[in-house]
Amino acid sequence: MSAFNSLKPSERMKIPRQGSLEQNAGERKGNFLEVSFGFNEERAQIEAARCLECTNPVCTEGCPVGIDIRSFVQRILMKDYAGAVQTIRQANSLPAICGRVCPQEEQCEAVCTLGKKHEPVAIGKLERFVADYEMTHNLFSPPMVETKRDEKVAIVGSGPAGLTCAAELSKIGYKVTLFEALHAVGGVLRYGIPEFRLPRTILDLEAERIKAMGVEIITNFLVGRTATVDELMDEWGFSAVFLGTGAGTPHFLGIPGEGLTGVYSANEFLTRVNLMKAYQFPDYDTPIRLGKNVAVIGGGNTAMDAVRTARRLGAERAVLVYRRSRQEMPARLEEVHHAEEEGIEFLMLTNPLRIIGDEHHVVTSLECQRMELGEPDDSGRRKPIPVAGSEFSIAVDTVIEAIGQQPNPIIQSTTSGLKTGKRGVIITDDRQQTSRPGVFAGGDLSRGGATVILAMRDGKQAANSIHTYLQSVQLSTVDITDSMTG
Amino acid sequence: MFRIIQKERLASTITKFVVHAPYIAPKRRPGNFAIIRVVESGERIPLTLVDSDPVAGTITLIVQAIGKTTQLLCSLQEGDSLRDVVGPLGTPTPIENHGSVACVGGGVGTAVIYPIARGLREAGNNVYSIIGGRTSELVILEQEMARVSNRVITTTDDGSLGRKGIVTDPLREMLDDRSLGISAVYAIGPLPMMKAVSNLTRNYGVPTFVSLNAIMVDGTGMCGGCRVTVDGTMKFACVDGPEFDGHKVDFDELIMRNRSYTELERLAHQRYLQTTLPEHA
Ligand SMILES: Cc1cc2nc3c(=O)[nH]c(=O)nc-3n(C[C@H](O)[C@H](O)[C@H](O)COP(=O)(O)OP(=O)(O)OC[C@H]3O[C@@H](n4cnc5c(N)ncnc54)[C@H](O)[C@@H]3O)c2cc1C
Ligand SMILES: Cc1cc2nc3c(=O)[nH]c(=O)nc-3n(C[C@H](O)[C@H](O)[C@H](O)COP(=O)(O)OP(=O)(O)OC[C@H]3O[C@@H](n4cnc5c(N)ncnc54)[C@H](O)[C@@H]3O)c2cc1C
Ligand code: SF4
Ligand code: SF4
Ligand code: FES
Repeated sequence: MSAFNSLKPSERMKIPRQGSLEQNAGERKGNFLEVSFGFNEERAQIEAARCLECTNPVCTEGCPVGIDIRSFVQRILMKDYAGAVQTIRQANSLPAICGRVCPQEEQCEAVCTLGKKHEPVAIGKLERFVADYEMTHNLFSPPMVETKRDEKVAIVGSGPAGLTCAAELSKIGYKVTLFEALHAVGGVLRYGIPEFRLPRTILDLEAERIKAMGVEIITNFLVGRTATVDELMDEWGFSAVFLGTGAGTPHFLGIPGEGLTGVYSANEFLTRVNLMKAYQFPDYDTPIRLGKNVAVIGGGNTAMDAVRTARRLGAERAVLVYRRSRQEMPARLEEVHHAEEEGIEFLMLTNPLRIIGDEHHVVTSLECQRMELGEPDDSGRRKPIPVAGSEFSIAVDTVIEAIGQQPNPIIQSTTSGLKTGKRGVIITDDRQQTSRPGVFAGGDLSRGGATVILAMRDGKQAANSIHTYLQSVQLSTVDITDSMTG
Repeated sequence: MFRIIQKERLASTITKFVVHAPYIAPKRRPGNFAIIRVVESGERIPLTLVDSDPVAGTITLIVQAIGKTTQLLCSLQEGDSLRDVVGPLGTPTPIENHGSVACVGGGVGTAVIYPIARGLREAGNNVYSIIGGRTSELVILEQEMARVSNRVITTTDDGSLGRKGIVTDPLREMLDDRSLGISAVYAIGPLPMMKAVSNLTRNYGVPTFVSLNAIMVDGTGMCGGCRVTVDGTMKFACVDGPEFDGHKVDFDELIMRNRSYTELERLAHQRYLQTTLPEHA
């Protein structure tokens, strides 16, 4: 690979990793504007110059959709930003979103060669930079469709899995209809991840682009109730169906006091705020009830989003309660760091026992117990064990539970021949084919809770599998007619 | 957008709408509801699918104006549209032939029970209905209920229509009247009413179904906001219900939970009145 970079590798390694510009913590804890501004052109140039242009670019292997990272970074260095974004788009149709929410530190950046001795190239931030550049300079044009095809494909759910599958299939030329139960598209990107991490303008733009590609979007349509998968195939004329309905059903701890006023699942809390814009009440009609002292239970991205949202809604004390220690927390590092800056308290090795309320049935405190770490459990993380006699309580008026989700059972229970596994996930092969011919699935629905980029990978894989499937169906019908006429 | 085809005022605060919703109309079953949003900035609220016409592709909603969203909805005219309607939601009422049943509707709950009473009647039941309201104005669908019932008794708290008193009085008499042979009770109305009916029927050992009006957001099982305690376990009213065994419901918890937003709802309502009706300012 010829080097575009005039610096010697030893010089490149001396450049420190660039941090992105950010809204300062004092200000941002009072608003819902995006925390990170990403790179400006100058920083993007410096950061791109750090890339070693490896002959074996392992970074690409770390990316679930296999973006040619080395070459897009080189194009940044050449100031060919349009070329850079095209390189990314060959593998990833939602770069502005992934550049913002991908757990890069566990994927592409985790394996980057530069990261072995120094800090890895800030691949995610560079991806975001070119995607934003494309947006502000209006460089996007819908991909060309080679052949128009007659078969209709139904996509169920408009999260990253469904959006990606819809886009890929319409590129191949199929007639695609996307069904979404809520009144707006995006799935978790819309109702879960807050505006301060992912501005809604980006999501709206992606939805517009999908429409511009000819995908028909029908919102307010709950598959399983408004029409079943069987009906879509037998009566509506869809030749194949992709299920991308996510893992939306929240778990609860099952401790006493969960019926009290002031107890939310993170899903409800975030949906009220993000989808229904409760933070703009009463200009928007949906209310949210948030006190001054808020405890959020959990240690993942959802918990982090909930606790930072609570802070922005005016909680004076926002505490994250997690039963293991900091090391085991599944939340992204950057988010933990941001949360700390915003004054979130972390109560680690703490397990909630019950929620206590007053005579009006309103939360007043959370009773907890200290934990210590024992031997590693099935998940490979050290198992938390209660410390006897360590009970204590914290005064709170709001408790938000963010302890996980599982797939909504409506589709599984109304579709014939769909095999499901542990916790209601739909079982697929590695080509996203379910046990029911013509029905494909992916994203959180088949993984039981994963990431945006893995959902997109599944959506893309499913689109390819659906294409293969429909071609083989066509071939076999041709065979039959041939043998009948011949 | 979901166009309003027909609007009819049933009482000063209760309005019936026929709305174009072609996907939902053929799929509606008794006990189903829809979640609607009137405008872009609006709240999502549940309303029972009172009736539907699969051929015309319409659904019927009956709405009591009690707060901001329901008032805004009731101010819409024929030709206007609802921003969003999704459904049919909830588990349909299992309609079986019990022999004889009592259907008890309170206030706008009568609109919710009407499709169930009709379904029960069509399944061959003798249907004895009791419909109540605080005052004559709030007793609705008397004729419709009469058409699907062997007998209808109306009650009002103030005696302005039918019997003076509450629905449990005639219900007790019906249960005592062995010749009627009532073997199931369906009760839908304000929570205190459903609680009182369930307490009464428990003594008679008669199975009782109630429809829980928990506060909902998505209506698909995603938020858990509509959770209720039934038989000591957590259920989501929007998918597991809205109907449950009245003898096992923790009514007190639900009554408290439904007050969660009282202050904020009042605020929204006042602001709405001030902006739409200047004389309230
Ligand atoms: C609060 C939160 C924060 C997160 N943060 C991150 C992060 O920073 N980075 C990251 O990579 N991942 C993150 N995740 C995980 C990530 O969002 C998910 O893995 C991803 O969205 C899954 O995509 P999906 O397309 O499978 O489903 P979803 O995004 O869940 O979308 C499913 C869609 O299907 C719709 N639907 C469901 N049932 C039906 C039906 N029967 N008919 C029609 N429509 C239906 C739903 O309404 C929804 O719109 C986060 C998750 C949460 C909850
Ligand atoms: C399954 C079900 C079926 C229903 N069917 C009907 C019907 O056919 N006709 C009818 O008139 N009413 C029906 N309701 C009640 C109706 O949803 C509420 O009256 C309406 O939401 C009130 O909204 P508001 O803004 O006008 O009043 P608000 O002032 O906001 O609230 C008044 C009261 O309504 C309840 N409420 C408020 N928001 C919600 C919400 N998002 N979900 C549920 N309840 C809420 C609360 O108890 C609140 O105290 C039904 C409720 C449920 C759960
Ligand atoms: S999509 Fe995610 S994993 Fe792939 S390069 Fe971008 S940030 Fe890295
Ligand atoms: S592994 Fe790192 S240094 Fe090597 S090409 Fe990829 S981004 Fe550049
Ligand atoms: S309304 Fe959200 S789960 Fe029932």
